[in-house]
Amino acid sequence: MSANYLLITPLMLPLLGAITCVFLWRHVNLQTIVVACVQLIFIGITGLMLRQVLTEGIQVTHIGGWPAPYGIALVADILTALLLLTTSIAGLAVFMFSHIALDKSRKRFGYFPLFLLLQMGVSGVCLTGDIFNLYVWFEVLLICCFALIALGSKKSQLEGALKYVTINFIASGLLLTGIGVMYALYGALNMAELAQIVRSSHANVKLLALPGVFFLTGFGIKAAIFPLFFWLPASYHAPPIGISAFIAGIISKIGIYTLLRLYSLIFSVEINSAQPLLLILSGLTMAIGVIGAAAQMDFRKILSFHIISQIGYMLMGLAIYTPLAIAGSIFFVIHNMLVKTNLFLVSGVVAHRYRSFSLVRLGGVYLMHPTLSFLFLISALSLAGLPPLSGFWGKLMLAKGGLEAGNYILVGTSLGVSLITLLSMTKIWNEVFWKPRPKRIKNSVRETMSAYTLYFPVFFLLAFILVLGFFAQPVIELSQRSADQLLHSETYIKAVLYD
Amino acid sequence: MEILLPVLTGILFSVSIYFILHRHLFKLILGLILFGLATNLFLFVVGGMKRGGIAIIAQGNEVPVEPYSDPVPQALLLTAIVIGFGIQAFAIVLIRRVYQTFRSNNMDNLNNNEKI
Repeated sequence: MSANYLLITPLMLPLLGAITCVFLWRHVNLQTIVVACVQLIFIGITGLMLRQVLTEGIQVTHIGGWPAPYGIALVADILTALLLLTTSIAGLAVFMFSHIALDKSRKRFGYFPLFLLLQMGVSGVCLTGDIFNLYVWFEVLLICCFALIALGSKKSQLEGALKYVTINFIASGLLLTGIGVMYALYGALNMAELAQIVRSSHANVKLLALPGVFFLTGFGIKAAIFPLFFWLPASYHAPPIGISAFIAGIISKIGIYTLLRLYSLIFSVEINSAQPLLLILSGLTMAIGVIGAAAQMDFRKILSFHIISQIGYMLMGLAIYTPLAIAGSIFFVIHNMLVKTNLFLVSGVVAHRYRSFSLVRLGGVYLMHPTLSFLFLISALSLAGLPPLSGFWGKLMLAKGGLEAGNYILVGTSLGVSLITLLSMTKIWNEVFWKPRPKRIKNSVRETMSAYTLYFPVFFLLAFILVLGFFAQPVIELSQRSADQLLHSETYIKAVLYD
Repeated sequence: MEILLPVLTGILFSVSIYFILHRHLFKLILGLILFGLATNLFLFVVGGMKRGGIAIIAQGNEVPVEPYSDPVPQALLLTAIVIGFGIQAFAIVLIRRVYQTFRSNNMDNLNNNEKI
């Protein structure tokens, strides 16, 4: 039982980077160098982790050398490694973007340390094998989100942050309550041990729905599932793009990750009773999200509402609960992390040039910046799921899984929602890129060198999106292996408790 | 006590939700604090309360002497109190900042984001 240091580095590296950044508080340029190094090493480490998990199976580290049910275990399986790799790629892109576009004062007041701590929180949530530790990592992640959303104290930001803090505080409270109930019922906090207990003939197995309700509500709020999503479009568009791209692209999917993990591991024994509820919720989440987006006239708000709709797709895989559907969910999460971050970055590039996010005030971008328009178009079509781009494969897997399981209504809803997604992407295309520039808007277009360097992170992410679309097979295989691993939880239990 | 505390937890939860739903900013602070207290108290009560010994195993024994109280919920509780304290402190500063910026105590004046 040797410690695997590779599992600790995704936590230690951002933490050390953040501490270094705090020491270099007044030297923003040095901070930038530190963060750049951390991001590059982070990608390397998560890549190595994925390779190790693929060749050697589930990796476990017992912190402090305490064996599993007593100490806290860090566990990495294929899903963890895949998500961390995607997160680190998106993180590098967002870092490059904010290095250029974010204003000096926000950088001077701790943007970089907060960003690194946020990444640490994400790694912690993905890696931990202990249910209370999961709560603690979620709080680490949230407090960084709170601070980042409020950073700069613009009116809209404070307003968004207040809503975000309140609702997430309540969600965390519900989560904690659920953990308390879980411990009271089964006397365990380690996920693997809990999974083992609920599969045994423990006296309280019938009461599993009780903590299940708390977890579904708590993580449902964090993941913005219908009808708990109203805080998301009210707060995600407020901060500048360097912040909101990462939060919008990554953080809401972390809620889905925890739902996938907990439902496959612990609540799978009563999945039959939860399934109808999850099916209805996922259908409504995607439908309401996309209808909400149709009413918006702000670039970022449309994208924010689409996050909700896509959370519905991710939940759909979990609700159908067949290997193919869960693999589809995992593929969709990876695809969506990259595409959503990229779309937010494109909106940032447009706003950097034209100084507005409003669809009414923008226009004529295609005429002046055709490259930028194509960057948007590819990401947007990928989001809507046009073949052969990445969104198509995710939706194909989900739809196929749904049809095999006989959930025709949900599959029909998801396909209809795709069509409306395409519609609202076309709306952005028409309003921002296609229509002539409104005559009464006088302010000049910013044509500086920095505006062109902003293309770089967008190109960087787009390369991954295109690879994910054109060479989908390896990633689909990985998702399928990962779904297999999730559904065969005895390997997880064995790796954590007995190896 | 064992009968009183669950009732108290319920009252705390309901009062805190009422305060959070109120449109006054100061009541939001009170609501957040009470909600944190309610969850902590819930965690404490649901972990089981026992009078008596501590869970330290005497030398030579295999198991601690019954009755002993389970130390894990208390450890969780301490962690949760600290985390809750941090978040509440942040929330209070944020709400103060909101008040300074908007010059208003009324949450209904904070819906500029919707008007674009």
